[in-house]
Parts: sequence; structure tokens; C-alpha cells
Amino acid sequence: MAKLPLEGVRIVAIPVVFAGPFGTMLLADLGAELILVESVHHFPPITRGYMPRPPQGLVPTTGATFGGTGGIQTYFDHWAGDRPWDRFAMFHALGRNKISCCMDLTRPEGQDVFKRLINVSDVFFESNAPATMEKLGLTYDTLKEVKEDLIYLRMPGLGCTGPHKYCSLFGAQLQALAGHTWLTGYTDLDLTTTQSLLFHCDASSGATAAFAILCALHYRKRTGKGQFIDLAQIETVVPHLADAVMDYTMNGRIQTAMGNRHPYMAPHGVYRCRGDDDWVAIAVSSDEEWEGFCRALGNPDWCSEERFSTALGRLENQDELDKLVEEWTCHHDNYEVMHILQKEGIAAGPVISQRDAFRDAQLVSRGFFEAVSHREAGTHLYPGMLWKMPKTPLSIRKPPPCLGEHNDYVFKDILGMSDEEVAELEKENIIGGDEYLIESIF
Amino acid sequence: MPEQALSDVKVIDLSWYMAGPYCTKLLADYGANVIKIEKPGEGDPARRIGPFFKDDPHLEKSGPFLHLNTNKKSITLNLKSEKGKKILKELVKDADILVESFRPRVMPGLGLDYETMEKINPKLVMVSISSFGQTGPYRDFKAAEIVEYAMGGEMYSTGIAGREPLKLGGNVVQYQAGTVGAVAAMGALYAAELQEAGQHVDISIMETQAGSADRRIIYLMGYICAGVLTTRWPPPREAVRMLIMPQGVYPCKNGFINTLSLPQWWPRYLQAMEMPELLEDPRFQNIFSMEAGMEFDAIWYSWLADHNKEELFEKFINAKIASAPVNSPEDLLKNPHLKEREYFTEIDHPETGKVTYPGAPFKMSDTPWQIRSPAPLLGQHNEEIYCNILGYTRDDLVKLRESGVI
Repeated sequence: MAKLPLEGVRIVAIPVVFAGPFGTMLLADLGAELILVESVHHFPPITRGYMPRPPQGLVPTTGATFGGTGGIQTYFDHWAGDRPWDRFAMFHALGRNKISCCMDLTRPEGQDVFKRLINVSDVFFESNAPATMEKLGLTYDTLKEVKEDLIYLRMPGLGCTGPHKYCSLFGAQLQALAGHTWLTGYTDLDLTTTQSLLFHCDASSGATAAFAILCALHYRKRTGKGQFIDLAQIETVVPHLADAVMDYTMNGRIQTAMGNRHPYMAPHGVYRCRGDDDWVAIAVSSDEEWEGFCRALGNPDWCSEERFSTALGRLENQDELDKLVEEWTCHHDNYEVMHILQKEGIAAGPVISQRDAFRDAQLVSRGFFEAVSHREAGTHLYPGMLWKMPKTPLSIRKPPPCLGEHNDYVFKDILGMSDEEVAELEKENIIGGDEYLIESIF
Repeated sequence: MPEQALSDVKVIDLSWYMAGPYCTKLLADYGANVIKIEKPGEGDPARRIGPFFKDDPHLEKSGPFLHLNTNKKSITLNLKSEKGKKILKELVKDADILVESFRPRVMPGLGLDYETMEKINPKLVMVSISSFGQTGPYRDFKAAEIVEYAMGGEMYSTGIAGREPLKLGGNVVQYQAGTVGAVAAMGALYAAELQEAGQHVDISIMETQAGSADRRIIYLMGYICAGVLTTRWPPPREAVRMLIMPQGVYPCKNGFINTLSLPQWWPRYLQAMEMPELLEDPRFQNIFSMEAGMEFDAIWYSWLADHNKEELFEKFINAKIASAPVNSPEDLLKNPHLKEREYFTEIDHPETGKVTYPGAPFKMSDTPWQIRSPAPLLGQHNEEIYCNILGYTRDDLVKLRESGVI
């Protein structure tokens, strides 16, 4: 069997919340041995749940519960069980192909074990609050002494230098600082109303962090040298917003939210379809496409109106145009609209709900979802790989790890610790364990 | 100049618009030698996308193009001509990575499919970035940013209840696909060097959305593990308030702030507001009470109205509350933290002069991000590449130009 791209690369990681777990997931997918260092004394909020043992009343049953965060607070089958941290959906979404061991980094003996692990690893990747690793004394300078060619990446929201470096922010605030909140919204509502929990920053910084590690690995392969990477999450999202940034730096123009509209395309929007909360997105980019669009609709009278015959006319009259388009779409299913318009070469597609995604013809035909069996959660279809590489086919090789599931492998097989040594340290809860010894994070 | 991480990597870039070019920009900015191949006379269609420098719609003045193509060399080449194909194959012989973002039928239609490329250079990593991937029933479908976010991303949960789902601002779906593309390209390159064999990497923008945090991948799990549909929800203060403390976007004296609350942060809020006496106030003894929240709002809104967002940011930082101003692009450019990190970078370009651009997405201690050259003029490097690298004479160049190949 072909080797995976990163086979033989060992990455030690302490990633929390979304961005770090996503970045390390991409590296684990590529075949790196991705070892999560966790601790039974410290519960990483949001990563393995909102509290170690949520009362059943706080386990959401719909996506709308708890300020709309239900979708990310979900436990399998709405049941937190005896080991809630192993049944938390969000951890499952990003935990595949990783392994987990536990050690207490706040005690010297735990740090000693950690350093032994670093000594036989290639990369250390962490995404904690900015001061965490400094407080623990596990900085690049310290770990470089242990492993000279180590690649060490930190990814706090605002990076490792600068006046606000110790400011601990989440996606919502980074998004606000970066200007993306400003640029996302309905044009008829002010910014206080539109507060979706969608933070592109996590996506951009996770993927960018994985790219950073690959760059550093490439360089190390060539020269034998490791290095330190300072990734500020906000700085990964700003290049993704370059149009607005450069409109300001080139023209002094401050762009604002456009809703679903576009500077030069019309119709361009999301239209109601037949069904309950079913919608279709449509974008018409040229006069030629407009003609195709009209043909697809069977050339109703309004299509031939003079005011819609040019791109400028359609832009100027898009309030009326959108109403007319919706009068047509609302008599069709969203997938039906996609097929009717795509036949004429028009960009159109349904707003795919989570339910519809699992039966979407494209995702299904490309095998995007993979069946995974998990000790605590059972067998389910999981979202899978972000790309296809046929000669080194990627897949979900391992289910998301239970807390401390790989203690023995890490301590005995990788570090070569004796049974006695492991037992000694486990007795003191310095290493090992598979359940949290704390009840509350508050 | 210090050595860069990817300075030994050679990339042939056939990609256009945004997703592919952002992938190759990441490679180029960290040192790769990227040759961008453009259509003679017209170039990358991104050259026609605004905003333009001083609003002048000129091929060399598109903001997105200038941003997406730093550190690349541009040559023009007509891939529909036999001679053009031959030249591309010469370039591919010596390349590590080829990136293309045409619709899936285009490269095979030109006789430039992966099987052909592999014969020329077995170690080549060919990266194809398309809207829906190289296979499947939608492979030939047309897409746009809004359609890709609808189909792959979490648009279903973006916006508010009762209203139409909302697109995220900008073209972030394209950029995310480019970023994921760069991860895949580097992964495949690592494998190619290890195993002496290249391969064809197939990237579907739809899947880069469906598989990315935050949040599509997480809400997909939420659905499959417990049947939870995460839809759009009403503005939080009206319907789903959990705490008396604020959560979300609020107006202040000169704009808006975004703030977050955890139950244990109640004293921190009172500290930031310099109202410690409220801690003892009988009205606020149950921080989970909706009624208390309404009472607190009156105090909170009027306090916010007296302060501007920059002041508030400092107060909240000092109180260790996760809160931030809702910045406009102008505020972003003036952000003192990014200034001290020297994030934004000024790039000099022959047609625009010096303009400020977004800077390094991460800082590497030994092999830094660098701007070695601004985005290229259309065909700027024809002579350098065709004569100095491929060994054509200046006479050949004239003939190629006359026959429309370059």
C-alpha cells in the first residue's frame, strides 16, 4: 500500500476550540501521527464540551437551543452519557485520525514526560490562550533545547507580539476586528440584528496553520532546521477580505455589507422555493447568461422588458427583478431550479441544509461521507476528506479518540516507559487517565 | 534576502480568478518560483474584476489581481495552439507543481490531462481546483461565490430566522478553497519527494466548504449524531437570551462592538463598567434571569452610548472580557496592534505606485514571507522565461507573437 504523505511525521498538539483542531485535522488526514496532549485536570472549554458533565437538562435537543449554539453543543443521540467528553459532536467533527494521551503539564514530572515526547517528535502545534504556554514555561526556547530541529507553531487570535497579544478572543470578536462582521449582513438591517455564529476566521486560520507546518517541514527536509511560527488568526482572514481592504487603500472607499447582492451581477441572490425553508442561490453574470436564464424560465413577458435587458438595467431595477425571480422559484423545488438553470449554463444551486447534504448527489457520488465506528458513539456517517489524492488516498483511518485512549501506546510504545514507571506516574495522576477529575470549569 | 521555505519549488500556474491564484500566491509568497500562464492579450479574467486602483478599469490595476499575484512571473501562452501546448509541456518537464482551475472538461479537451502530464514528468503534482470536483453529476455545473456557499457552506445557518439565508461578505469561499488547495499541494509534494511519484489532486470547492470548520463540518456532525438541524435563529436578545450579560453585537457611541459572556464573567463586566455596586444589587442576583437581563440592558445600553468602540475595547481587555470593536476596513487599517506587528505591507507597482496590501498570514522565524516582486504585468516575463529558461531566440519570440502563440 502506498504510504500517506506525512507518514513518519509526528506532531504533538494542544489545539482548542475550532481553528487549532481543524488545522491539526488536515495534518492528521495527510497521515501525520497526530498526538493530542490532554489533561484530566484541565477541561478545555468548547473543545470537548461546555462542561465536563453537563446536566441532562443542558444537553440541547434542537439547533435553536441556547442562543442558537445547539448545533455545536450537540451530544450523540442527545445523551451526554457517562463520558460526555467522548460523545460531544464538535470534537467528533474535528477529531478523526488523531490519538489522545493525558499528562499534567502543571507538574514538573508531567513536563518531563512531555519533553521526552517532544524529543521524539517533529512538530509542536498549539492554539491556546496566548499566555498559556508561557505560564507553563513550554516556550519555543525551552523546547528547542529538548529538540533542536523542532517546528513550533502558536496560533493565538492576535499572535505572539503586539500591544493586544494577551487579549484572548473568540471567532466572533476576531471576525469583528478583521472587518468581516462589518461586511456581512442584510442591507436593510443594522449590524446588531445579524449575528450568525459563522466565523470564517476559524476556517482560514486552521487551513493556513496546516499550510505553515507543511512549509516548515519542507524547509526542514532540505536543511535540517526547525523554526518558530507565529500565526495570528486575524492575519489569516484579512487576506481573504482583500477586495474591501484594497478598495480602502487604493480608493479610500469604505465598503459595507451587500446582503446577497453583487457589485455587477443581477439577478444575484437567494430565492424562496417550494417547501419549508427551502431556498436557491442564483448568479447571472452576463447578458448572454441573462438570455439563457430567460430561456430556462420559458421567456415570460417580464424577461423581455427593456429595463432588464442590460446588466446596468438589471442592477438598477433589482428590487423588482428579485420579486419576479422569486415568483418563479417559489413554484419549484430548490434542486429542480438548479437543474433547470444549469441546463442553460446558469450558476444556481440549493441552499443545502445539513439533512440534504447527506443525500446530495454530488457529495454522495464522490464518497464525501465515510462510515466511522466509535467506541462510545456507535457507527455514523462522518463528513470526510477535503480533497482527493488518488495515489495516496486519504480517509478516516481512526475514529476521534476517546480521552486518554492512547495513553499506553504513547507512554510505553513511543516513550519506552516501563510498566512500573507508568503505574507510578499514573498513581499520582501525573500521566494517564481517561476521565476528568474536575466537575466544573467555573 | 533570507532564504525562504519554498525557494526550491517550481510551480506552473494555469489558474485564474481567485481560488487557484490564492493557492499559488501562498506558495509564491513563501518562496516558490511561480510562472503564471495567461491568455495572450486578455490575461487572467481577474484583471477585469474591481475594485480598481483609482477606479480606473485597467488590466494592470485590479485590486484583487494585484493582491492575488504577488511574487509571480507572467507569460502569455495560447494553450489552444499546438505550439502553445508544446511549450507548456516543456515547462512542465521541470516543474514540481502545476495548478489549474478550469472546469473539469477543459484540460482533457486541450489534450493536457494528468495522464499526458505524468508521462512528461512522473513527479509532477497536478492540482485541479474546480467548483464541484473532477467527477460526479455536478462536475460541469457552473457556480459563483454565492452558489458555492449555498451548496457547500453553512449558508443555511447564516442570517436570521424568517429571512433568506445570507452570504458571508466578500469572496471568502474562493480564498478558503485556495488555502485548502495550498495544503493539498504541499501534502502531495511531500509525498512526491518521499515516493518519487506525483499525482493528480482533485479539489472540489464544495467539499472544501463542507469539510471546513467553522461550521459546516460541525453542524453536519450535529445532524448525523442527533438529528439536529441548525437553522437561522432570531436575534439573540429577543428570543434566546441565556444570561443577564450581553452577547453579540451592540451599538455604542461611534459604531458597534461584539461581546461575549460566560457565566463567570459577571464581575468582570461590572469591573469594566466601573459599577461594582451592582454586584450586591438585589435585582441582579440571578445571572440566568431573563427579567434581570432586561433591567440590566437599560444600564448597559446607556453606558455604551457614552463610550466609543476603541475605549470600550481597552476597558474590556483590561477586564479580561472577550470583546472587540466591529471594525470597518478603515478601522482595520488603523488597528494599532496590527501596526505594531507591521502586518500591512506597502508594495510598489509600475502602474499604481505604492499601495498597501494585506501582509503575511503567518510569520516564520527563519524563512519569512517576502514580497520579492509585485503582481506581474501581462506577459512581463515572456523574454526571461522563453529566452533565458527555454532557450528560444528573440527571433523565435517575434514569430510566436505574430502567430498568436504568446
